[in-house]
Amino acid sequence: MRTVCAYFLITLFCFARAVFSQEIVMGLSKNEIGITAFFDGSEILVFGAVKATDELSLNEPLGVVVAIASPRRAVMVRRKEKKFGIWVNVDSVEIDLAPSFYAVATTGPLSQLLDTVEDLRHSISVERMIRSVGAPMSVDDPVAFTKAIIRIRQDQGLYQTLPGAVTLQDNTLFSTSVTLPANLVEGAYTARIFLTQDGKVLAQQETKIDVRKVGIERWLYNLAHQRPATYGLLSLAIAIFAGWSAAAVFRVIRT
Amino acid sequence: MYIYLPIAEVSVNAFLLLGLGGIVGVLSGMFGVGGGFLMTPLLFFIGIPPAVAVATEANQIVASSFSGVLAHVKRRTVDFKMGGVLLIGGLIGAGMGVFIFNYLKGLGQVDLLVKLCYVVFLGIIGSLMFIESLRALSNVKRVGTSKPHHKRTWIHALPIKMRFRVSGLYISVIPPISIGILVGVLAAIMGVGGGFIMVPAMIYILGMPTKVVVGTSLFQIIFVTAFTTMLHATTNYTVDMVLAVLLLVGGVIGAQFGTVIGAKLKAEQLRILLATMVLLVCAKLAFDLIVEPSEIFNLSGIGGH
Repeated sequence: MRTVCAYFLITLFCFARAVFSQEIVMGLSKNEIGITAFFDGSEILVFGAVKATDELSLNEPLGVVVAIASPRRAVMVRRKEKKFGIWVNVDSVEIDLAPSFYAVATTGPLSQLLDTVEDLRHSISVERMIRSVGAPMSVDDPVAFTKAIIRIRQDQGLYQTLPGAVTLQDNTLFSTSVTLPANLVEGAYTARIFLTQDGKVLAQQETKIDVRKVGIERWLYNLAHQRPATYGLLSLAIAIFAGWSAAAVFRVIRT
Repeated sequence: MYIYLPIAEVSVNAFLLLGLGGIVGVLSGMFGVGGGFLMTPLLFFIGIPPAVAVATEANQIVASSFSGVLAHVKRRTVDFKMGGVLLIGGLIGAGMGVFIFNYLKGLGQVDLLVKLCYVVFLGIIGSLMFIESLRALSNVKRVGTSKPHHKRTWIHALPIKMRFRVSGLYISVIPPISIGILVGVLAAIMGVGGGFIMVPAMIYILGMPTKVVVGTSLFQIIFVTAFTTMLHATTNYTVDMVLAVLLLVGGVIGAQFGTVIGAKLKAEQLRILLATMVLLVCAKLAFDLIVEPSEIFNLSGIGGH
């Protein structure tokens, strides 16, 4: 009897999974962003569709969360204090991982679309994207350092929270656009989308966006880091040539 | 038109940079100064990271000094021997400066060091210039009455003497080497040529004739700033070539116009103007250090870019 019951439950569970299974597909207006010499930001369009397999699932409204993140890196956060009449960096906390760019666009307030457990599991909100293992014991109020990184990068347009920026039509088609600022750092960015309902993630999709310097920007950056001596000499050669030619040109103009 | 700077990793208006280069160029042409001590703080104000500003400015000064020294070589107003001795000190100083710079960068105190150096030196130089030019304005009718005489001072008592024919001096190499070291350290830390310290030191401490002072100082500055550029480029990767080119295009053109304008204005009024400007930049930097910043936290990357 117990085995039959178990089988029944398993079947029911599978059935239920099938009933509520949702799929989500997404597309991006571009998969590559080239930072050229005249790069002044970029706009990326994220769009897609929800494939609902059963109407039952629509009793609760669906939510869509679009999250675009740069690769995460360690960041040193320093806090100034007044010493000897001037403001000096005193305490510092190393944040282990933080994206240099992070945008979360949603169909509504994130807290309503997603419960804490799901946020923790998928690292969706800005706070969850930043990982700080621990500040030294000597530092007061270490939480302020994590808050500072969020605040500073929000002010620079690097962290964006865009509730209501995603439009979802008839619970099927969604789209949003995210503006990437000019002070973008290169790397393999990820675009993630989550379909949520009643605080739970029903489906998710992920894709990469390649952000990289191109052309002369790429060449100069690589040269500066891989062959710094050559780069330094080239900088000097340009400077000396510019200095010499300016003197020569104006000598001709004056005479 | 915005341009993305590959090393600074910020996007800046290209015309703003050309304009800044031009304005500082005009001023440097008018007053016969390198302009590094004005340009570097201006770069801080527009949001260029201080480490990049200092390293890139060193590169730009190579261009403006080279442009300036050519005329002096032609007029034979460069004391190569004295320049060489100053240069020995300068290279040692630049090496020390970059070492201090990198050490404090690791501690997160480099911005403070650079800004404090600016406040102190701009404050001193600005006040001295201001007082002296005010005095000169009131004594304008008695020009040239107080020529410095060649007196025997403690400088002449030092050992390892050398003859400098172009300057007409027979003095110890210790003072010029020491001056070279001091200016080298400042060049590396502040991203300046150091002419504003070198020139008075050459006149008042070494007793060099005024006509060879500017050429010799420029000659020396080229090599010290070139060496500083190389050190910053190979240890910090902070020389931004795109930024340097934009600044120096504006700078070299501006300098030529500045020379023309400078020739038409009265020297004392020019000096008061320059002194006022130096003091304003100094006051702005000091103000930022003293007043509670709107954001007391700041971020920096770990392990380069």
